[in-house]
Amino acid sequence: MDFSYGPEYDDFRGELKGFLAEHWPAGGGGEGESWEDMVERAARFRAQAVEQGYLLRWVPRQYGGSEQEPDAVKAAIIREEFHRTRAPDEPRGIGLMMLVPTLLERGEEWQKEKFVPATVAGDYKWCQGYSEPGSGSDLASLRTRGELVGDEWVINGQKIWTTNAIDADYMFCLCRTEPDVPKHAGISYLLVPMKQPGVEVRPLKQMNGGQEFNEIFLTDARTPADWIVGKRGEGWLVSRTTLKHERAGIGNALGPVNAFQGVVQLAKKTLRAGRPAIEDPEVRQRLAAIEGYVRSHEYSSHRQTSRAFRGKDLGRVSTMSKLISTNIGSEIAKLSLDLLGDEGMIDPLAQGESAESLGASRSWLTQYMFSLGIAIAGGTANIQRNVIGERGLGLPRDYYAQRSSGK
Amino acid sequence: MNFDTSEEQELLQETIAQFVANECPATRVREIFDGDTGHDPAFWKGLMELGLGGLVVPERFGGAGLEVIDLALATETLAYGGAPGPFFAHSLAALAIALGGSDAQCERWLPRLASGEALASVAFAEADGCWQPEEWQLAPGLKVSGAKHFVPSAELADLFVVGTAGGGLALVAAGEGVSVEAYEGVDRVRRMGTLRLDAAPAEVLGDAALAARVRDAACVLLAADAFGTAQRLLDMAVDYAKQREQFGVTIGHFQALKHQLADMAVEIEPARGLYWYAAHAFDHVPEDSARYAALAKAHISERAMQLGRDAVEAHGGIGFTWECDVQIWFKRAMLDRAWLGTPDVHRARAADLAGW
Repeated sequence: MDFSYGPEYDDFRGELKGFLAEHWPAGGGGEGESWEDMVERAARFRAQAVEQGYLLRWVPRQYGGSEQEPDAVKAAIIREEFHRTRAPDEPRGIGLMMLVPTLLERGEEWQKEKFVPATVAGDYKWCQGYSEPGSGSDLASLRTRGELVGDEWVINGQKIWTTNAIDADYMFCLCRTEPDVPKHAGISYLLVPMKQPGVEVRPLKQMNGGQEFNEIFLTDARTPADWIVGKRGEGWLVSRTTLKHERAGIGNALGPVNAFQGVVQLAKKTLRAGRPAIEDPEVRQRLAAIEGYVRSHEYSSHRQTSRAFRGKDLGRVSTMSKLISTNIGSEIAKLSLDLLGDEGMIDPLAQGESAESLGASRSWLTQYMFSLGIAIAGGTANIQRNVIGERGLGLPRDYYAQRSSGK
Repeated sequence: MNFDTSEEQELLQETIAQFVANECPATRVREIFDGDTGHDPAFWKGLMELGLGGLVVPERFGGAGLEVIDLALATETLAYGGAPGPFFAHSLAALAIALGGSDAQCERWLPRLASGEALASVAFAEADGCWQPEEWQLAPGLKVSGAKHFVPSAELADLFVVGTAGGGLALVAAGEGVSVEAYEGVDRVRRMGTLRLDAAPAEVLGDAALAARVRDAACVLLAADAFGTAQRLLDMAVDYAKQREQFGVTIGHFQALKHQLADMAVEIEPARGLYWYAAHAFDHVPEDSARYAALAKAHISERAMQLGRDAVEAHGGIGFTWECDVQIWFKRAMLDRAWLGTPDVHRARAADLAGW
């Protein structure tokens, strides 16, 4: 077991610090820098950081990445130093985190060339058209139709729970293109331009007041015949690749590790009986109990990364990342609400003075509810339990799911 | 970075698993469990012949010269198999001498402990749950007197590593001034007793830092034992769900049970990383050593105990019988959880060590 920050890593950190000092100096923009100037400066910095191999390490050079050997320690050092200097990180949108890995694994060469570089640069924004009003957990029952008419797909139907659809340039979506075959075999994975007359987006207001969600109405929307990933009828297979990356993204241990550090700080700042809450024995017990889960997930993830890099079997734990992460997120959210006390009764997204007075507590209150959203997105916790039970533990498939898929 | 076991470590675990499967399968564990001694001399002799008595004993004293991570991996595998006997306490005592013994102490004891010619144990707990070095009251000296409780394999041991006031350790050999009252513990494959010392001859072992270090190692090893125990409990429950039929199908078809089993897996699977890192930190990352040992002991022993409860529930009525083997590992978890202090004690320590 080799887990030390050996000389190689000390050198790496030294070089990275030098790079950041030169290219992202503290307060680099100076007073009065406009928003546009800042955005441009960040884009220049990102390009240099990719060039040096600090960002987009997993994306091949020819598609705009820096193509580095996976290394969890280097990744941790990069994260720490970028966080410390507040340097701009990868634009971790839906396109980068979900579509890019899917195209790299399953796309045609021209598709990789057209879409990957522009997406990793942040020029193309994407949304994911999977769920439909009648097709949630039973996603493969989806009914949005794609018909090949001449050299175009003509698409009719409705998508829902589509995050960031309002700003998206393109959507990767599942459509039923082969209506006469069993349900999983009739689906194709299409790339669809969002800015066209046949696509109407309506925002959905969430319980936490946010509006990341949308409904999409597709009425004779069009996309070129070759904007299909995989062959006709292979969409379900391709979507498994995307979903794997979505769940891995949500299941990444970084989120819980950072959130835990945050809740420790919150416990230091908030008061109980006039003293910092962190001095309260009950709060200390709860923090240490949560940390047991957080560190388990963190080091289990390092183990998986190490094994994946060497082509070794990851074992059943690889089916569990999303549920592990969202369980931890729930515990942190519950503790934060107790620490906030009375502030937990104020609407964090209201416009008035009361919400203003919340200050930094606002994001904790928003997160309290958002921790539920993330447990539902990408397959609900109960769907995860099915996956863990069936694929992880080898239990028999659900009777109804088996019957409806015709297997 | 490679946060994973080496080929040698995987071979060590496979070798032990194979040996346990051959020499001490569940049917044999059951015989020991239902017997009077909690010990199987032939199995123990076999473990010693494999070299498991001296994993962390330096090579010049007849051991393998390995690290606590290797000892922890062996501990996990033995726990999974339900191995009876004194492995935990014997290994911990040998580690204490290897880490802090004088040359004379090492020469006298380590070769015999590595070969299994002598058997050692550790005596920490005093009355009212005083397990931690900071709490020990037994006066140090060339003759020591007092009582130590929950001493593993006390009746069998030739040598005791005894905690003394001020957070020190002493070596006390069985014999003059030493008597043992064995009692029936809940874990019937790892029996314990009260050690009574009446002006027993003693030697000081190491300094105060050693006792704290041995406590950390004990936490790591108990966490590893609890992890192996929990894995076994999970596998037993999953296997049962694949065999037992109701309503014409195996009960693993039903989501209520499938989800319970999935939740059990989610509770325990990632904890492998925590005990690995705690062991690794003990060996190589001094600033994380005490804190991660405390976190691992608290977290994993608590998880194992809950998995024991869940595994009984998943078995239904049969799970609640004496005949069902689930109770063997359930009770192993009870010992791992309580020995050296309950999870809340170690969570409080972890909080202090974090500087919160």
